Amino acid sequence: MDVIIKNLGLLINATLIATPPLLLAALGSCFSERSGVVNIGIEGMMTIGAFTGAVMGLTTGNGWLAFFCAGLAGALFGLIHAIACVSFHADQTIAGTAINFLGPGLAVFLCKAMFNNSSDTPAMDPSCKLPKLFEGVFPAGSFWSNVLNVYSVAYLVFVLAFVCWFVFYKTRFGSHLRAVGEHPEACESLGIDVYRVRYICVILSGFLAGLGGAFVTLATINQFRPSVIVGQGFIAIAAVIFGKFSPEGAVKACLLFGLCSGIKTLAGQSNTISPNLISMIPYIVTILALVLFVGKAHTPAANGKIFVKSK
Amino acid sequence: MGKVSHMDESQVVVCMKDIVKKFGDFTANDHINLTVHKGEVHAILGENGAGKSTMMNVLCGLYKPTSGQILINGKEVQFSSPKDAIDIGIGMVHQHFMLIPPFSVADNIILGVEPVKGLVVDHKTAREKVLELSERYGMKVDPDAKVEDISVGMQQRVEILKVLYRGADTLILDEPTASLTPQEIEGLMEIIENLTADGKSVILITHKLKEITACADCCTIIRQGKYIRTVKVDEVNENELAAMMVGRDVNFKVEKKEMTPGEIVLEVKGIHAKDYRDVEILRGLNLSVRRGEIVGLAGVDGNGQTELVEVLTGLRRAESGEVKVLGKDVFNKTPRETFESGISSIPADRQKHGLILDFSNEDNLILQHFEEEPYSSKGILNRKAIREHATELADKFDIRPRGSEGALAGTLSGGNQQKVIIAREVTNDKDLLIAVNPTRGLDVGAIEFVHKYLVEQRNKNRAVLLVSFELDEIMSLSDRIEVIFDGQITGSVPGKDADEKELGFMMAGGKKDE
Amino acid sequence: MNKKKSILDSNVFYTMIAIVVGFIIGAVFLMIAGISPAVAYGKLISSVFGKPKYLIWTLIYASPLIFTGLSVAFSFRTGVFNIGAEGQFVVGALTACSLGILLDLPAWIHVPLCVIAAALAGGIWSLIVGILKVKRGIHEVLSFIMFNWIAFYLSNYVVNLEVIHKEGGGEATKDVLASSRLLFPESLRTLLDCSAANWGIVLAVAAAVLIWVIIEKTTLGYKLKAVGFNSSGALYAGINADASVLTALGISGALAGLGGAVQILGMSGRLSQFAGQEGFGFEGITVALIGSSSPIGCIFAGLFYGAMKYGGSKLSIVKAPSEVVDIIMGCVILFIAISQIFRVLFGSILKKKEGN
Repeated sequence: MDVIIKNLGLLINATLIATPPLLLAALGSCFSERSGVVNIGIEGMMTIGAFTGAVMGLTTGNGWLAFFCAGLAGALFGLIHAIACVSFHADQTIAGTAINFLGPGLAVFLCKAMFNNSSDTPAMDPSCKLPKLFEGVFPAGSFWSNVLNVYSVAYLVFVLAFVCWFVFYKTRFGSHLRAVGEHPEACESLGIDVYRVRYICVILSGFLAGLGGAFVTLATINQFRPSVIVGQGFIAIAAVIFGKFSPEGAVKACLLFGLCSGIKTLAGQSNTISPNLISMIPYIVTILALVLFVGKAHTPAANGKIFVKSK
Repeated sequence: MGKVSHMDESQVVVCMKDIVKKFGDFTANDHINLTVHKGEVHAILGENGAGKSTMMNVLCGLYKPTSGQILINGKEVQFSSPKDAIDIGIGMVHQHFMLIPPFSVADNIILGVEPVKGLVVDHKTAREKVLELSERYGMKVDPDAKVEDISVGMQQRVEILKVLYRGADTLILDEPTASLTPQEIEGLMEIIENLTADGKSVILITHKLKEITACADCCTIIRQGKYIRTVKVDEVNENELAAMMVGRDVNFKVEKKEMTPGEIVLEVKGIHAKDYRDVEILRGLNLSVRRGEIVGLAGVDGNGQTELVEVLTGLRRAESGEVKVLGKDVFNKTPRETFESGISSIPADRQKHGLILDFSNEDNLILQHFEEEPYSSKGILNRKAIREHATELADKFDIRPRGSEGALAGTLSGGNQQKVIIAREVTNDKDLLIAVNPTRGLDVGAIEFVHKYLVEQRNKNRAVLLVSFELDEIMSLSDRIEVIFDGQITGSVPGKDADEKELGFMMAGGKKDE
Repeated sequence: MNKKKSILDSNVFYTMIAIVVGFIIGAVFLMIAGISPAVAYGKLISSVFGKPKYLIWTLIYASPLIFTGLSVAFSFRTGVFNIGAEGQFVVGALTACSLGILLDLPAWIHVPLCVIAAALAGGIWSLIVGILKVKRGIHEVLSFIMFNWIAFYLSNYVVNLEVIHKEGGGEATKDVLASSRLLFPESLRTLLDCSAANWGIVLAVAAAVLIWVIIEKTTLGYKLKAVGFNSSGALYAGINADASVLTALGISGALAGLGGAVQILGMSGRLSQFAGQEGFGFEGITVALIGSSSPIGCIFAGLFYGAMKYGGSKLSIVKAPSEVVDIIMGCVILFIAISQIFRVLFGSILKKKEGN
């Protein structure tokens, strides 16, 4: 019994560690997709965020500042995506592919340039990382200590998810961003600046993806390696589709996919199920969701379509 | 209706002076003038492509004029976006509704001007204001319904409310009756009356003369982007308006020789079919078309015409019924099979169904025949034969510009695109030709061309089924008119002495002998 | 003037601009990193053209890229977007590798069997996505992304299965049997001074020509393009749109699968466990874009990318990060994607000049 409780605690903990990066990126993706801009460059934006977070953590020693800078780096790539897709009417999937080349390419390039041709950054001192909230509150090894052995920023992410939900459904901006993703021409005729709304959303998606990447390097582990971001960006996209393009749906989907990841972490230690097979689950689940719920999920009508301003 | 007895300069609300709007080399508006008074219904009359919509998009701030002046209440204004126009009291109801389908009626109405309490959108206030407005002008709407679930007529009321909510004094209605039932049109006329009674001005863009004589005070006519003149509606008749619109006397009558219809080509019995929302739209429809006759299918959009044609051409599966072409069963067959059984068709949407716009004209001309000799053999295309075929048809059907066989179909004008389709379908030599709104969006010259070829098919002793939302077109071409209402044929009259009022009555669901 | 205009209309011109811009941006980053672009780019060029042997290596690197490029280009021309070439490449490689290890057959059967099986695997992987699209209306880009990752983990899973995993640890499979290799004969390889010289490039060029013929000359190509450009219009004209989409995706997937076979049976001889996606499929998107979606263009674009990859792998000798290639290529894609803006810009400049 004790073993089960202990493992349950560890599993919840592993889920809470794996979910935030996915959720941050997924929330970002929600903004972009709902405003009508497909963003498959999330993965690249996360990688650049992960790298920036690690470097800033190492150089400033301030985890929070590093976290914020990572968001800015992601936002910069969001800006590139927005310029290409919104102003220059590029094919959004292709522009996203370019971001996925540029993000990881630039991260590893700069890493090698800065750290003596090594593709990994040095490990950070724990003091540079983001702090843990409940460290030492519960006795070591107890259930709650296992569960809550999480960096404080993880809790913040769930608060942020609520904020996103609030913005989406309660504010004017939220109403505009949802409308712009459905029928941009209508919005334009009502004096809503479609380009402006989309720019904000795509940049925001980069910012959040950057934060998601930095969560991995500043909280989960303590350095940047090229393999820290492998597919999380795409799982985030899967979560957004699975969650029907809504922040509340993204939370549920990310928790589910985070759980998969948690199981993988624990199973990896016990060597019973191949972690490779567990890793497939989020993708297979998303395909199944698409097959089963097709027609019920409402994709933003103008998603991926090029909108040209009237002159 | 809404007629203003006396007007003087002080009551001018909108004045457009010498407006020019160019798109690249193309001049869409060439020195247009417009003066609208308070409380007036002012019609803008012009053919398709005359520049009506461009002119109104300039007035509502969507386009910036290349040159010219806009004065609102005597003050010159410059709009940098639709918001500026809205702020000053000009609102436009677009022909294609500008509504967000998954949003509620109230959310659509307040979009862009949402009342807020702190950070939060104040839905309660918004809802109350919407209800108040809808009561005041007699426009019934359900503020909580989703727009995707409501009728076209209600969608239009939502559009008008949207404009009123923004405090518009001048409303621009762009072809507002295009997809309304006769009852809904009547309702719209009442709304317009209520609006003008309240001191609002209405600009009505249309190419339907009847609407103008029914409710407008003044009418400005434009032709090929140019201002022709402004007239008081009381002082002109429909024929004069038509002549001004096209620039010459128009003869709406089409010359046809006498023919006696022959054997039955198309026979449709008891067709039941559902539309895309899974609602039964064809409810036991019967129809037949004989050799040597043009049968016109008259009706208001949405009564099952589109679905009927889709069933006949194999694009939609019917639930039950019978379709025969020259006695051969073609019920629920594929498009390929219906085509091979003898049905050729000019589709309603030429860009979506009629052509592959990214294909060259010559490739479009062999769309149903690319797997046949001489255009290909053993899976390899014969480019030379394809080009020769295209050149021959381009000559015969006057497809312009000449020598455009290799050019993409998307680069042709609407009229010439339609010529490509007609050239292809007419030369198919099928026993039945179905034409759906074959002249929509075309100018007068192209319309005459299309009509000529439809009559020629009939004269060649083939059967023609003409489906059109333009009653005038049906009346001038058909040998027999069948009226479709609510998925059934509700009446049949010979084309020769068809009476418009009687047809209108039947199209609205009235029975012939009542 | 007309000549100028025709240049401004041609895709090649804008592709060239994109490539030049890509190299300039790459140079900026090299300078930021304190590396002389002249040295780095010089190394890049000499690594490719320095010796005949290097050119052979470039061809070896280019072969799989031409296949994935063709795969994506074919999908572009037929109106679908095969962003799943990555996954199809992986299952193709996996199939060729497994059969190459597990079957023991004479070379004249073994090689074609492995190659055809890889093409089938890629084709089927893509067809599943096609069926989801046709039957359930699921957008192919979404399912392709999912299938890429499923293929990635599937490959890593299979690589670690005992039957084919290299004995005594390591992170790769056993070597495929010699009878399944696509290598040139021993004598020719010795002559070329390159142990991995293989028939891949010949197959790639042949495939490009075949695809060109299909697209431009056959009724099949006509049909697939008609559906790709306007499926409603094609349906109206009696063309079976669903069958066409499936055919297009099947062919596209098979091409990517062939790329995987060529990589395993030609160059590497075994499959490794990877930490992240290898990227042949995504690089195929770049190849297709640089080649303006023309099959023949893909040959040249594939050679270019192959040279960049091979040359890039030598950059560490001059202490320049090889990832500069990713930066350059990312910029190239980005600038091709926004080339419309250059078109408008140059067009209006030309017009102004003509006006004066």
